Amino acid sequence: MSRQRPLSPHLQIYKPQLTSILSILHRATGVTLSMGSVILVSWIIVLTLGEETYVIYTKIVNHWFSHLVLMGFTFGVFYHLSNGIRHLFWDAGYGYGLREAYISGSLVIFSSLLLTGMTWLLIYLK
Amino acid sequence: MSNNIIRNNLGKVQGMESENHHGVGHWKLQRISAIAMIPLVLWFVPSLLFVIMSGYNDAIDWVQNPLNATGLVLLFGTLFFHAALGLQVVIEDYVHLEGLKIILIILIKLLSILLGVLSILCVLKIFL
Repeated sequence: MSRQRPLSPHLQIYKPQLTSILSILHRATGVTLSMGSVILVSWIIVLTLGEETYVIYTKIVNHWFSHLVLMGFTFGVFYHLSNGIRHLFWDAGYGYGLREAYISGSLVIFSSLLLTGMTWLLIYLK
Repeated sequence: MSNNIIRNNLGKVQGMESENHHGVGHWKLQRISAIAMIPLVLWFVPSLLFVIMSGYNDAIDWVQNPLNATGLVLLFGTLFFHAALGLQVVIEDYVHLEGLKIILIILIKLLSILLGVLSILCVLKIFL
């Protein structure tokens, strides 16, 4: 890295496609979920602190805005899961054709939306 | 003579590989932890959401079930292992200052170990 050379892809003139968006979204959700894992840790810590503290915590969690954030994280989890499975198929040597990549990409979007919707439908129906 | 050059270059590459922890080992561990995350995520993300939104007694009961406690320990362990491996690759790809890169990777690993141990101990405290 001694000389400053232009980086590829050249982002100012790069035309996004479904495949490239899904690829960067895999990283984005991975990084975001890593940070969001602190929510999970905070939950188990608060659970060890006793009922009084936990009641305050559940009040915060059940605010509508927290629900919105949790929905986002749910989608992130299911997206990273679905696209991760897509990556594992590639690692095993399957699905490299352009058509296959677009079909599996659409499947990933469909399944992550479906799983997120099903989860939250169950939560609100309970 | 030429054989020596090849061997030296091969040695250099192998040395770099273990130095950056970016060889075959990292690749395999990332995939193995990914496969382990599939059943853990499918089962525990929906159930955790239910539990987080329910009351204190329900949550305690849920964690005290041996199957759920086992799943939680496995989930926390695998999650932070997988996250550390993934974040390392992202840092290696985007941070080009050698010193900063190494510091960030070490920080990520220490933080993952800290959060992993802390959360697993909390599960055990409730379970036992």
